[in-house]
Amino acid sequence: MIEVRFHGRGGQGAVMASKILATAFVKIKKYGASFPMFGFERRGAPVTAFGRFSKEPIREKTQIYNPDILMVLDPSQKNSSAVFQGLVSGGIMIINYDNDPNDISHENLETIGSIDANTISIEEIGMAMPNTCLLGAFAKVTGTIDLKPVIESFKDYFQGEKLEANARCAKRGFDEVKILIKN
Amino acid sequence: MKTKLNNKSEVKVMTGNETAALAATLCRPDIVAAYPITPQTEVVEKLAQYHASGKLDAEIINVEGENSAMNSITAASLAGGRVFTATSSWGLVFMYDAILVTAGARAPVVMVNVNRETPGMIAVSSGQQDMISTRDCGWIFLIAEDCQEILDMVIMAYRLAEDHDIQIPVMVHYDGFYLSYMAERVEIPFQKNVDDFLSVLKQQPERTKLMPGELLGCGSHGILGGYMEMRHKHCQAMERAKGKFEQINLEFEKKFNKNYGGQVEEYKLYDADIALLASGSMCGTIKTVIDEKRKHGIKIGLLRLRMFRPFPNEKIVQALKGKKCVGVVDRSLCFGFKHGPICVELRSFLSDIGDTKILSFIDGIANTDIKKDNVKKMIDLIIAGSKGEDVPEVTWVSYDENHGGN
Repeated sequence: MIEVRFHGRGGQGAVMASKILATAFVKIKKYGASFPMFGFERRGAPVTAFGRFSKEPIREKTQIYNPDILMVLDPSQKNSSAVFQGLVSGGIMIINYDNDPNDISHENLETIGSIDANTISIEEIGMAMPNTCLLGAFAKVTGTIDLKPVIESFKDYFQGEKLEANARCAKRGFDEVKILIKN
Repeated sequence: MKTKLNNKSEVKVMTGNETAALAATLCRPDIVAAYPITPQTEVVEKLAQYHASGKLDAEIINVEGENSAMNSITAASLAGGRVFTATSSWGLVFMYDAILVTAGARAPVVMVNVNRETPGMIAVSSGQQDMISTRDCGWIFLIAEDCQEILDMVIMAYRLAEDHDIQIPVMVHYDGFYLSYMAERVEIPFQKNVDDFLSVLKQQPERTKLMPGELLGCGSHGILGGYMEMRHKHCQAMERAKGKFEQINLEFEKKFNKNYGGQVEEYKLYDADIALLASGSMCGTIKTVIDEKRKHGIKIGLLRLRMFRPFPNEKIVQALKGKKCVGVVDRSLCFGFKHGPICVELRSFLSDIGDTKILSFIDGIANTDIKKDNVKKMIDLIIAGSKGEDVPEVTWVSYDENHGGN
């Protein structure tokens, strides 16, 4: 089982990203379970979501304290201690970031996949919505799932032009993510 | 009634809330009235969406609050309709007078309640306090563990509520936040199979209905013997609901090939010396910890309450008799008692269980996560209790009493 923790702000699509990923794993006959944790729903407030993906049914209904992978939609949280809390050794971070990822560090962080998902989503969708671009980057960096089922699962969440635009975002996330291996 | 649902089963990733709305839709209600409240809001949104798309062919009454929602659907139920609503916490207590009438009128209403703290310190957080605060309302209470069970339990709830021998409203509870927003794999049954499963309800004698132009005494006999008779019959029907629920579960298994257990689910209890008694979404986590502990030779099991009203005392006695120590996990409080509410109820028939030592664990209130480590801490205390060591009768698992003072 892999455990992924999503860090974003209300309105960035962290919750939807976690749901889409669960859908993608179910599409490839595996199991996925995700849920967010917040009080009232409001834009701009920090949002954390949790995703578990496995070959076996997932029974845990708890938050994730030792993530294997961090998905950071909000670049302002890049070096936040709350983001890194409990990260397992050899951990992976996929981050929406337009700068040099060398300025991100943590003792357990081994791989950083960074991509300027805000710019890409503005170009493709017309608004800063980094979630689907990061999902493409997730597929490339982690290798836990192919890009195809990820994009396939968008059909449960988008329609028409939005579906196509988000698919382009994911494809660009997959193709353009920069991978940095830390020692 | 027609719906546009396809007659094919499919697998979808859905949240607990979406699952609840879909489950109700599959049961083809005539009337739906619900008012949004965190963490249930998505149920109302989905019902509206299904209604707009034609998937839910019901009349939706837009109400200005939960009290009206319950009064509307109770009336619709008494007029013979199949009804549905959903609420949580403040919403549930805002309809408190109405749910008492629903129960008193024996209207077979089905409602989901998304468990959340009740008005207290004005918190938006998980907990079963709303369920506990309304437990003596005369409804049947069922509690689901995961999204799939929400779907299956709502379908079974209609069979139970509308059964001619029962005719009691049913509330299906599931944890707010931890389950309401949990998106996971759900198998959606064939519409035809749901129709078949519910079709036996059409074959029974018609229930008493309010009919325009027909005279029917209602509320006019609420004194002395008449009232007593109705209360007694209500209590008898509650007792019958236990066996009926077992039977419905078996029929559900035949139709859908799934068996959760009846009033209770026993998980690895058969050879266990010690056990946990719990309910709701925490049970999934508890099961994973039990599997880990069993690898280390600790014989522990879980008894999961699926039915809370009527209280399945016979099943509990049967399952827990002979265990050395049992820990009861409550996600709510029973003000005026040290022990958690479910623990208080268990202790009321302790002499039937025997020499078992009972520990009360309070956890998961105010959005506290019942982590694996919390469950391990509980199990350590149960093991110590089973060896006769001195352990506290009541433990607030996530709260340090020395730190917090009083």
